[in-house]
Amino acid sequence: MLTKPKAAPGTEASPHPVAVRLTEVTRVFGDPRSPKRVHALGPVSLELRAGEFFSVVGPSGCGKSTLLDILAGLNPPSAGTAEFDGQPIRGVPDHVGVVFQEDASFAWLTVEANIAFGLKRQGLPADEIRRRVDYALAFMGLKDFRHAYPVQLSGGMRQRVCIARTLVLQPRLILLDEPFGALDQQTRLIMGDELLRMWRETHATVLLITHSLDEAAMLSDRVGVMSARPGKFIGTFETGWPKDRDSRIVTHPHFGELTARLWEKLRVETMKHMQGEARGEA
Amino acid sequence: MKNVLPPLVVALALLACWQILHSATGFFAISSPAATAQRMATLMGTPRFWLDVQETGLAFLAAIIIAVIAGVALGVVLGLSRGLGETFEPILVTFYSLPKVTLYPLVLLVFGLGMSAKVAFGVMHGLVPITLMTRNAISQVKPVYWRTAHALRMSYASTVRHVVLPAILPELIAGVRIGFALSLLGVLIGEMFASKRGLGYAAVNAMNLGDIDTIMAIGLFLAAFAVTCNALLLMLEQWVRHRGLVR
Repeated sequence: MLTKPKAAPGTEASPHPVAVRLTEVTRVFGDPRSPKRVHALGPVSLELRAGEFFSVVGPSGCGKSTLLDILAGLNPPSAGTAEFDGQPIRGVPDHVGVVFQEDASFAWLTVEANIAFGLKRQGLPADEIRRRVDYALAFMGLKDFRHAYPVQLSGGMRQRVCIARTLVLQPRLILLDEPFGALDQQTRLIMGDELLRMWRETHATVLLITHSLDEAAMLSDRVGVMSARPGKFIGTFETGWPKDRDSRIVTHPHFGELTARLWEKLRVETMKHMQGEARGEA
Repeated sequence: MKNVLPPLVVALALLACWQILHSATGFFAISSPAATAQRMATLMGTPRFWLDVQETGLAFLAAIIIAVIAGVALGVVLGLSRGLGETFEPILVTFYSLPKVTLYPLVLLVFGLGMSAKVAFGVMHGLVPITLMTRNAISQVKPVYWRTAHALRMSYASTVRHVVLPAILPELIAGVRIGFALSLLGVLIGEMFASKRGLGYAAVNAMNLGDIDTIMAIGLFLAAFAVTCNALLLMLEQWVRHRGLVR
């Protein structure tokens, strides 16, 4: 069931130049013949280059999280194909890590044990687990809290624990579902910097789902804007940032222009969504 | 000191109430605290009393162990399968609302007179609350924990063992605490009706002899035992619930 990674792998770049390929993917919830079915997503087609940082923005309920679930193998598409590293996604694929919006840190485990949790389930040798956990603790600035329980930590630090728990598994594709949604603005910027640092270090492909246009514009190589439900990509924007960017680019003149273009695309969709809600569709 | 004072005041107030009740009921129905303590000291000096304690203790131990293991297992099954949970919970609740003593003749027919009937009766009392509390606790487990386990490609059994059970541990201990008191009740009732040994039998025997001091002494002994165990389990529950919280 669980596959054991090699003894001491550094995270390799994806063997495939296209890490993720979605072809005409749709997702319908409920009986397709029933009038109560919900057409949540698609059809969407999307290609992520290996090592790319891609963000998805869209109005609430547009199927962003459904898209992530399909890539994570948590939920199959109703039609179309989803591939990771050239292989169709059936069930949760190897080398894919997920970070959820909600606090998923295990309340009964210390920070250290939380981070080691996935590695232990994979049955890695104890010294390898220790090595990776020590590295993650230092990298995420959690060293002084290794013996603390989540209840003693702030929301931002708990989310860091969850990110570390995913990172130590050395995924080649990291899926983040509004991971900073519950955090305040300053913490979000700092966490964004850490995310960029981690992305540069691991060479992983990142798909980030976010509500925040600023976050998408600052972090990504490319931003996809989705329509109101059923979500489709209505535009993708290359940001053109250098790889060694950080949160200071928010002061760059190009940054304001970029968020303005994103908002221009999104504004109409958000209003559609709100009108739909007023009609009681949402 | 602050933590000792309030319970001490409550204990003294209860003792005073007891004394007043004793005086008000004309000395017959309720023994005085002093007389009860004296009788308890005498009883505790007799080997017969300790045989009864041993008999009741063994039956209770067996009952609570079975009730906890079976109750948690059943609760996990009902908690994980929505269909089974929705089908069997009302049945369990209905069964539990019956006065179980009316079923005791059946228990005696099935298990015969003696130890196993008492144990079965204790289990009947303790099992259902533990099952229901376990099931309820599982339904409260955060959905993101399930999703995390799924994303980590954990098997169902591994998820239960490493995520669900640790997540509900405080509620499990609370369930055991409640099942504990009820199992003890079941065992004692069992002894009162069809037994020649045990504290329940000793109490009924004393009742037939009109020996109120002995009834009160046995009651006090059992109360002290139950209150102590309850307090220890409560402390354990609090400790598990607040691990890591600086207090």
